[in-house]
Amino acid sequence: MFKKIKTRVASVVAATVISIGAALPAFAVELTMYYPVAVGGALTKIVDGLVADFQKENPDIKVNAIYAGNYNDARIKALAALKSGQPAQLSVMFSIDTYELIEQDAIVAFDDVAKSSEDKAWLKSFYPALMENGQTQGKTWGIPFQRSTIVMYYNKDAFRAAGLDPENPPATWDQLVAAGKKLTKKTGGNVDQWGMMIPSTGYPYWMFGALTMQNDQVLMNSDGNQTYFDKPATVDALQFWKDLGEKHGVMPSGTIEWGTLRQNFLEEKTAIMWHSTGNLTTVKNNAKFDFGVAMLPANKRRGTPTGGGNFYLFKQSSDEEKAAALKLIKFLTQPERTAEWSIKTGYLGTRADAYETGALKSYVKEFPPAAVARDQLEFATAELSTYQTGRVRKLLDDAIQAALTGGKSPKDALTDAQKQADRLLKRYR
Amino acid sequence: MNISRTQVHGWLLLMPAAIFLIAFTYYPAVVTLGKSFFSQGTALRPSEFVGLENFQYMFDDDVFWQVVRNNVIYAAGTIPISIALAILMAVWVNGKLRFKSLTRMCYFTPTILPMIAVANIWLFFYTPEIGLLDQVSRVFGFGSHNWLGDPDTVLGCIIAVTIWKEAGFFMIFYLAALQTLPPELEEAAHLEGASRWYYFRRVMFPLLMPTTLFVLINAIINSFKLVDQLFILTKGGPDNASSLLLYYIYEVAFSFLDQAYASTLTVVLLIALAFIAVGQFFLLDKKVHYR
Repeated sequence: MFKKIKTRVASVVAATVISIGAALPAFAVELTMYYPVAVGGALTKIVDGLVADFQKENPDIKVNAIYAGNYNDARIKALAALKSGQPAQLSVMFSIDTYELIEQDAIVAFDDVAKSSEDKAWLKSFYPALMENGQTQGKTWGIPFQRSTIVMYYNKDAFRAAGLDPENPPATWDQLVAAGKKLTKKTGGNVDQWGMMIPSTGYPYWMFGALTMQNDQVLMNSDGNQTYFDKPATVDALQFWKDLGEKHGVMPSGTIEWGTLRQNFLEEKTAIMWHSTGNLTTVKNNAKFDFGVAMLPANKRRGTPTGGGNFYLFKQSSDEEKAAALKLIKFLTQPERTAEWSIKTGYLGTRADAYETGALKSYVKEFPPAAVARDQLEFATAELSTYQTGRVRKLLDDAIQAALTGGKSPKDALTDAQKQADRLLKRYR
Repeated sequence: MNISRTQVHGWLLLMPAAIFLIAFTYYPAVVTLGKSFFSQGTALRPSEFVGLENFQYMFDDDVFWQVVRNNVIYAAGTIPISIALAILMAVWVNGKLRFKSLTRMCYFTPTILPMIAVANIWLFFYTPEIGLLDQVSRVFGFGSHNWLGDPDTVLGCIIAVTIWKEAGFFMIFYLAALQTLPPELEEAAHLEGASRWYYFRRVMFPLLMPTTLFVLINAIINSFKLVDQLFILTKGGPDNASSLLLYYIYEVAFSFLDQAYASTLTVVLLIALAFIAVGQFFLLDKKVHYR
């Protein structure tokens, strides 16, 4: 009896093995890729389309592109898959996850995989500002894919009503304050329209990265083990942010909600807002007034942090898989693909030659705001990212909010944050 | 073999529940306790036994003390008011009312709505300038206020949302309890000339005590457990002014990726909840009148 079952099982197993073996040659390599969607919409369809195009050209590689929630979810899922022994070979994750992923020993540097001279030229083809977050220890760990910056949206109708030139948005901090004062409309003690709003919940450190860069100060070093929260230029930048509300009265005091700010702008409760380029399409579709998009203003210089997601290669994969993953990444970052991706999503074209393609050229001509983020890249810097990045980021977020709500002076808040960041980062130096 | 058939039967009957309880409650609790004595490991720095170091860190952690303080205020703000409102609403919809079912449904609606959806609605109530609250206050000539952006008002705003959400749920329990009260008691009180307040204070409220105990335990557990609204409304800000213990645990575990410290905080939360539950049963049980 048992013997019978045994032979039957054996034959089933053998049949399966043979059939798998027969099916295998179609896909020499199978890749799993996680990717996040932070702005919603039809992004998953666009990614599926790009992947299908890739498979048409490369019938021997099978790609499973898996949508994994927001940036935080994508990181957790990719790391969990790694621990469970069924790792992905490549993923799109937050550009600021680099140090965390290195510390988890999860990723390999692209320099170790992309070795041919053609590959090396490819590594150099991206905007340098977009590479910063993915480079440390002299190597490149992340390739820019869905990337954004902060831009200034402004209501041209409100500019006209206040007697300002709508084609000449404020280019310096002083001009910003002056314009803000003209744009702030009051009846009695109540404000009907604010001059400007910079969001201070959700991602305060990101907005602050812009203000400090404009003051010619970065927030951390490229080794990710040193922060510059208590430098005088950093303190000045926070003081300026606080003054916009409390001294100049062009912005509400206290914190400003990230999630509802776009609505405030669309309902003309604020004439200027600083927000991600990722909002461009929504604002374009919903604004009932004439709006413009401009680079952020300068104090000592112009500046904005970059944001968004990079490609990473995972360590736990065979050389063959790594080569196939690299092939996929190179395919998705071709100038034509990059242009298509940028037009469909509103994300930045990650390389200069993408803007030379016919598609993107004519799109920019038709809709000039799409080029503002690109032009601003020249002044862009890395987004705050260090070892222990979640904790360090929260220290800065708390300090900013404490200063804006009046709990602490900018200097005290930032000095405290720096002290605690030093404690966290000491063991990485 | 001296195991009797009934014993085997008993164990078999227990098994389904036991498996799930062990897999999803006891085993994780024990693992959490274990993890709290180890450092957070990464691939390059394996986790090692550190004794009470995580607990030491917790005592020095200002944010931890702030979220504990916030949580106590949150509990003190939500529990009494939502229970009082629940009793009031229950008595109201238990009486003779024209649109009784409709009113009951209205009070119960907040309970069945998902908290995340609710928080998204409240976010637009609280938003300065364009929010409902500001638009109403403007009609009466008051200026606008940045409700969620001001550390002095933010926790109060969170408490209000929670009360609104919870009171209807507790009302259902009181309503059920009220319907088991024999009507003779009220008639008798009425004949004796007792006022309605006197009847409530000396008869109805004491008879509702078992329900109150049950609701109270639920309310306290909820005050540590219900943090969904924070994800939408404030993310714990500004400067941790509205952060609660469980939200902080989430942050430590999934934003800082520090499972060890998150375990430590969870152990503290578990111990605190266990103490509260035990205390309630022993202290309040004496005052509860069961029929």
